[in-house]
Amino acid sequence: MIDDEAPIRKLLEITLQSNGYNVLQAATAKEGTITAASHPPDMILLDIGLPDASGHDVLPKLRQWYTNPIIILSVQHGEEDIIRALDNGANDYLVKPFRTGELLARIRSAIRTSTLEETEPVIDAGALQIDLQNRIVKVNAETVKLTATEYTLLALFARNEGKVLTHQYLLREVWGPGYINQSQYLRVFIAQLRKKIEADANRPQYITTESGVGYRFVAT
Amino acid sequence: MATGSIHTSKLNQYGLSALLVVGVSVGCYFISDLVGYRVVAFILLLCVSLLAILFDILPVLFAAALSALVWDFFFIPPHFTLQVSTTEDAILLLMYFVIALINAVLTHKIRRAEKLARDKEEREHMVKLYNTLLNSLSHELRTPIAAIIGATDNLNSNNSNLTPQNRFELVTEISKAGFRLNQQVDNLLNMSRLESGFIQPKNDWCDINELVYEVVQRIEENNSTRRIGININPDLPFFKLDKGLLEQVVYNLVNNAVQYTPAKSNINISAVCHADVLSITVEDNGPGFPHAEIDQVFDKFYRLKNTRTGGTGLGLSIVKGFTEAMKGNVNLENSATGGARFTIGIPAETNYLKNLKNE
Repeated sequence: MIDDEAPIRKLLEITLQSNGYNVLQAATAKEGTITAASHPPDMILLDIGLPDASGHDVLPKLRQWYTNPIIILSVQHGEEDIIRALDNGANDYLVKPFRTGELLARIRSAIRTSTLEETEPVIDAGALQIDLQNRIVKVNAETVKLTATEYTLLALFARNEGKVLTHQYLLREVWGPGYINQSQYLRVFIAQLRKKIEADANRPQYITTESGVGYRFVAT
Repeated sequence: MATGSIHTSKLNQYGLSALLVVGVSVGCYFISDLVGYRVVAFILLLCVSLLAILFDILPVLFAAALSALVWDFFFIPPHFTLQVSTTEDAILLLMYFVIALINAVLTHKIRRAEKLARDKEEREHMVKLYNTLLNSLSHELRTPIAAIIGATDNLNSNNSNLTPQNRFELVTEISKAGFRLNQQVDNLLNMSRLESGFIQPKNDWCDINELVYEVVQRIEENNSTRRIGININPDLPFFKLDKGLLEQVVYNLVNNAVQYTPAKSNINISAVCHADVLSITVEDNGPGFPHAEIDQVFDKFYRLKNTRTGGTGLGLSIVKGFTEAMKGNVNLENSATGGARFTIGIPAETNYLKNLKNE
């Protein structure tokens, strides 16, 4: 945990320890990078506003060698900050103030995704089942007909469960680099996909919106 | 350019001054045989005085000098020379010039005094606004802080009379206070964004259904007891606009309805598209707004006269500011049943789902 604010560190320490995690603390970017290198943790919680360097600069340096999840905790809630951090390799981004329940869920999800087998054949998300090997999607045990693009999109989400995928990333991966400014395609297909897999497309449980940033697939 | 003068550029003012002096002189040339050249001086003086009311001091001084020359050259005998033949005419010419000057300078002074008075009034108004802000802010920020400090003191006191239920309630109060503080800070940050004048909408395709449902979900998470209904056609097109700004606008409107209607009131949100204008209506069946105050509701820091305490008067002015930043407008009226009905209209490019192939 790299954060210069002592009250936040205290809060996180209690929250994390009481949920069975061991916590190493650092108050500066320098201290954090050294601690991470000498005792590589399973996950790093990184603040953006550090006294000696911006978390935006620390992140790419950590990513040169560190492959486990990094979650950003920041008071900066601008879309640019979030997208920049995600593009630089952050697995997730939480804006302070956050609910501790939300933080714990994101931590669990990031760890689960990072330890996921590469070729997980079937993703079981309650009423929704995605068979990646046979390209079959079922809702309430009934096969749902998806178009090729819809399926590609859903499979991409399923392989990155719990992770925010930015608009640009999704457009590039599903439609190709020429489409990164055609966000209306994404809106349309997300809306269609939701109608097919969500119980209530207006209150989506699986594909949730990260306003101005992207979408997240939530399996639980 | 001094305020109060008509909005023409400096160069235009010189041009117009010259034009008027020359035009009037030409007119006078034809009647000077009839009325005599001394009356012409008065007519020209009248022109300069008129210019002094409208224009800045320098173009007026220019007009004064030009008209004096014109009068001397064309009207004072001998004609078409700058010579003045009689002492009387020399004194008249001198007086003409001095009176024209005094005219120009006096109007200039009056205008400056007016501007000072206006500035002073504006400053006093700002001070008053500032004080209102400080009062409502200190109330809005201190109340939740007091709740947090009080509740934590209580929890820390090792008071054995505290039941688990009491403890739970105290913790809930702390949580609510934190939420409230966060909301006020958001409002202040948004207001300072508006004040800085640097809001540049970042337009992207936006699903209004999705946006409205998200806002309502956020508000319902905060234990609202109001019944919020959403009435939007699922086939409403996508609009190209700034989702962040619109989200804040809708949030503030719905939150305002939640704050100022009695418990269990109905709030209804609808959205329609008409000629590439997105129109969102937030309507409640609460008491509505007093007619006399409807126009002031969107003013910064404005609070209704008989309102409960709490609130900073920022929420609705942010609604207006953000909507206008998106080149839209916001309107408030009381519905037939007496509740408040806010309508925002935002012009935006649209895109219908059916226009895109589902490949």
